[in-house]
Amino acid sequence: MDIHEYQAKEILRENGIPVPPGEIAKNSDQAVAIAKNYEFTVVVKAQVHSGGRGKAGGVKLAKTQDDVRKAADDILGMFISGHKVNEVLVTPAEDIDTEAYLGILIDRETQSPVIVVCAEGGIDIEEVAVNNPNSIHKLSIDPRYGLFRHQAYGLARILYQEKDLVKQAVSIIEQLYQAFISSGASMVEINPLISTPTGDVKAIDAKMSIDDSELFKHPKLQSYRDVQAEPRAETMAREAGLSYVKLDGNVGCCVNGAGLAMATMDLVKYYGGDPANFLDIGGSSNPQKVVAALKIITSDPNVEVILFNIFGGITRCDDVAKGIVDALKEIEIKSPIIIRLTGTNEAEGLEILSSAGLSAFTSMDDVVEQAVSETTK
Amino acid sequence: MAILVNTETRLLVQGITGRDGSFHTKEMTRYGTNVVGGVTPGKGGLFFEGHDGQQIPIFDTMEEAVRETAANSTVVYVPPAFAAGAMEEAIDSGVGLVVAITEGVPVLEMSRIHAFAKDRGVRILGPNCPGVISPGKAKVGIIPDQIVVPGPVGVISRSGTLTYEAVINLTRAGLGQTTCVGIGGDPLIGTSFIDCLELFKSDHETQVIVMIGEIGGTDEQEAAQWVSQHLRIPVVGFIAGQTAPPGRQMGHAGAIISGSSGTADEKTRCFEENGIRVAARPIDIVRLVKETLDR
Repeated sequence: MDIHEYQAKEILRENGIPVPPGEIAKNSDQAVAIAKNYEFTVVVKAQVHSGGRGKAGGVKLAKTQDDVRKAADDILGMFISGHKVNEVLVTPAEDIDTEAYLGILIDRETQSPVIVVCAEGGIDIEEVAVNNPNSIHKLSIDPRYGLFRHQAYGLARILYQEKDLVKQAVSIIEQLYQAFISSGASMVEINPLISTPTGDVKAIDAKMSIDDSELFKHPKLQSYRDVQAEPRAETMAREAGLSYVKLDGNVGCCVNGAGLAMATMDLVKYYGGDPANFLDIGGSSNPQKVVAALKIITSDPNVEVILFNIFGGITRCDDVAKGIVDALKEIEIKSPIIIRLTGTNEAEGLEILSSAGLSAFTSMDDVVEQAVSETTK
Repeated sequence: MAILVNTETRLLVQGITGRDGSFHTKEMTRYGTNVVGGVTPGKGGLFFEGHDGQQIPIFDTMEEAVRETAANSTVVYVPPAFAAGAMEEAIDSGVGLVVAITEGVPVLEMSRIHAFAKDRGVRILGPNCPGVISPGKAKVGIIPDQIVVPGPVGVISRSGTLTYEAVINLTRAGLGQTTCVGIGGDPLIGTSFIDCLELFKSDHETQVIVMIGEIGGTDEQEAAQWVSQHLRIPVVGFIAGQTAPPGRQMGHAGAIISGSSGTADEKTRCFEENGIRVAARPIDIVRLVKETLDR
């Protein structure tokens, strides 16, 4: 789960990292009211789950109250990589001496948290990574022992030469590691980590993602979820324990397993169709999940045909069949439903379908071809 | 021959009394897998009834179960909140293989567990995987056994159900399998594509390997390079996710670390550059395997 900059900063503050103050505004009046508490210049920053906000015009400096109003009006409602901006963060601008990069993520290769530092941070960090890869330093941390002081010190000395800045950076690196572990994060990043002309090190931007599998341990972090930032159908899917991504096509897909779901979408395309969504009902599916899946798929007005591709393993065909039959009783479905059902408890599943007057294919190519042929384009 | 599991496998089931654990224990025993015991804390001393009335002893702890049954492998069906603890206990118990079916284990917990397993020389398969089946010998996990038959094809996949899709097509075409392995879809898994390729390399019955990947990460690319450098057995590939929307990645950290976005195109190209023929549809895997075997 991605969280917003202001939420990530709240977590950093709780862990002792110096972060400038700031508050959230949903309209320009609020933005101006907040700005009055600070000395000008202030920064107005779009809060969206996307990088490249600065380059998209979602971050603006404001020297007067009028500037703040105009910046907030400009930014609120704009789209950044497809995400609508509903909130802005208003925060005092900082005098910047240097900009560095500090991040932690789970590295697949070493299977451990990796701390990444670069003395040249800022908005061009990805270019730095390509053009000057030697300036990016990575240190993998054994999660059983945690971050040692000498490791934090070594990393801090890559960022700064001056003794006092190094000392501050050591604390920040340790605090960031603490924040990463205690929040169950999969990624946290301070970019830029600045030093000021007065010799302070501060985090002026932050991004953070929380591992969805950790959320059950952190009720407070669950409240950070921005349901406005995700399409309504995706919220419904998540609450039903399904994984759903809306696409632009007209073939509604309901599949068990992410790999098979992607392969099904690929095959829809192969036969000249266009998938309306990715939907994985997951393993151990109970009939209620299938009902929820059908509600979500039919809520998309583009859907002309509903394609089930179920290969039972831990998912049992009879559960899915029962779900389809229950859903047909509960909701009115106008689109044809084309079903493929095979694997665990296949015979029981087919029995349930046929007693409700439905039939099923056994081959994936047949069912996808049939579904595509039911669409108008 | 086969890899990972065979007739020598002596299996424990962790979470044997749960919904999934009990269902699939019956399935595994029906297939003839040697399930020697189960573990559910608090239910030690009771028995679980496997296929055909087989009485399987239940233990409170893994330590006790291994001591009493001389088990060498375990499969974990424990719910996510307790799965990490179950895996830690398994690694500490003396078994050599831990197959973790559970989906939704926190990644940071898996990071600690993989480090622990490496120290103890224990192999973890998964988590979030369908397990492994060596047709005619043993099944550990949830792969439907009706779809497999013994034969010369080794199958490795990151996905569960997509593996079944590939395997049933092979079986229908008369192309049986030595072993089918689902390595799991989580970011941190215990057994990689390369680990499985290495095992197949010394399996004399495996004449062709099917490698099924998907978008994200760099495991497939690394495996493809390994194939061209180390493996004589031909490999046929498939990559799922050609039509998947680009990931909504937020930070820079991932791209900075790997320098790769892990798209289907990138992976397909990497397979082909390393001599791995890539099927356009799951069904086309059959034709490529046949052509490879006929050569």
